[in-house]
Amino acid sequence: MPGTSPPAARVSLAPPAPRPTDARFAGWCDHERVAYFDAASTEPLHPAAREALIGALDAADPARLYGAARRSRMLLERAREEAAEVIGARPDEVSFTSSGTQAIHLGVLGTLLGRRRAGRRMVAGAVEHSSVLQAGAVHEREGGEMDVVGVGMTGRVDPEEFAAAVAREGTALACLQTANHEVGTLQPVARAAEACRAAGVPLLVDAAQTLGRLPVPPGWSVLAGSAHKWGGPAGVGVLAVRKGTRWRSPLPEDERERRRVPGFENVPAIVAAVAALRARVADAERDNARLSALVDRVREAVPRLVPDVEVVGDPVERVPHIVTFSCLYVAGEAILTELDRSGFAVSSGSSCTASTLRPSHVLEAMGVLTHGNVRVSLPWNASEADVDRFLAVLPDIVRRVRAAVGVESP
Amino acid sequence: MTTRRRDAGEAPRQEPAAPPEAALTIDALGRKCPIPIIMLAQQINDVPMNATVAVLADDPAAFTDVPAWCRLKSHHHVGSYELPQGGWAIHVRRNY
Repeated sequence: MPGTSPPAARVSLAPPAPRPTDARFAGWCDHERVAYFDAASTEPLHPAAREALIGALDAADPARLYGAARRSRMLLERAREEAAEVIGARPDEVSFTSSGTQAIHLGVLGTLLGRRRAGRRMVAGAVEHSSVLQAGAVHEREGGEMDVVGVGMTGRVDPEEFAAAVAREGTALACLQTANHEVGTLQPVARAAEACRAAGVPLLVDAAQTLGRLPVPPGWSVLAGSAHKWGGPAGVGVLAVRKGTRWRSPLPEDERERRRVPGFENVPAIVAAVAALRARVADAERDNARLSALVDRVREAVPRLVPDVEVVGDPVERVPHIVTFSCLYVAGEAILTELDRSGFAVSSGSSCTASTLRPSHVLEAMGVLTHGNVRVSLPWNASEADVDRFLAVLPDIVRRVRAAVGVESP
Repeated sequence: MTTRRRDAGEAPRQEPAAPPEAALTIDALGRKCPIPIIMLAQQINDVPMNATVAVLADDPAAFTDVPAWCRLKSHHHVGSYELPQGGWAIHVRRNY
């Protein structure tokens, strides 16, 4: 306004001085106070992502035409090309979403909508992530059908049963994860893809637990991933829809992300996510070998050191970083609390640790013990010393938790 | 009304017939896992060899965990029978 005095303080555009990390979160994954063993929930932010995120924080609207907007679009499109290369897709097949869950929801419901004329049946493995099963529940409420294919005791879908389900008349979509998020078992995606190709059914592959760690299996029609699982920031998912796959957005029309994902793109987080993805892929071989050896150590030591324990999931056909076991006569919540007190962040599929008060649908479908469940999932920088310390404190913790409910261990 | 998922492994464990006689009935209704399993482990030896214990439980975890306990402890899961008031009578035969 003319005549008003200039503001007393101008907004500084200079980068602020570095500040110490927020004390509430300091150490949650820095291995000083806490050994963070919950990478399957969220991987600590990769240093490459942190750097890229800060560098891109001021990104402008990538849909506009001025200089800053063009630069922002360039960053976004370069990120898309790089993500596409990792996924094995064409850049125009790749969209960024606001989460892995959103990528699944859009992937499932959009493909079902696009394939409505082919039929209304959806096929999914029994141990898929809840976002797949919940999207399927929406489909059922709208008159569609969901066929859930069971798993064996290791959590692996039977490929023949899956193929038979896919081949049934009216199947519009099949969904299978690359690996299970709770027990680490790899799924027979290649064989499922063969069956889908033979039946002319698109296959949605949920690659959330393996993107950045293991090669993307070929044969997918729709692929979903989540950046914070590979060390990117929260709030970025990836949805790839193969050219020729019928897909229609289940959401209101929006111009962003080639009309696949509504809402303003989070360019800084996307750039950071892809920086982390590239860094993870570059180091995957080395990290996988190291983490897998540590997981083998846990798989071997836990049943030897703790009586009445069942290690679940496939011992060989598994992701490198996840190991899950259940302790008889132990409440999951009690063991998590004790481990937290001893400086270990782990998670559990036991019902007392879930807001729903139901045990994990994964453990239920496998028919394995659901109580006393502990999932150890190692981040890229998990240390051997922390794993050894975990194995050193676990037997006594289990003994104490059992004694508290009147169960004496041998 | 119990909500259960349609899992492949589930069907054989759910028998349509009326529950057979049990030598001992453990009432774990309203108790959360692992309590029903602990009660079963503490009392299985109170019945003669090859006799059956019925665990009454309504924690959904028990439906999976009692058969899993049988597998781990080499006892026999005879079957799980829905109770009219909700929950199940889960029958276990003492094997040793």
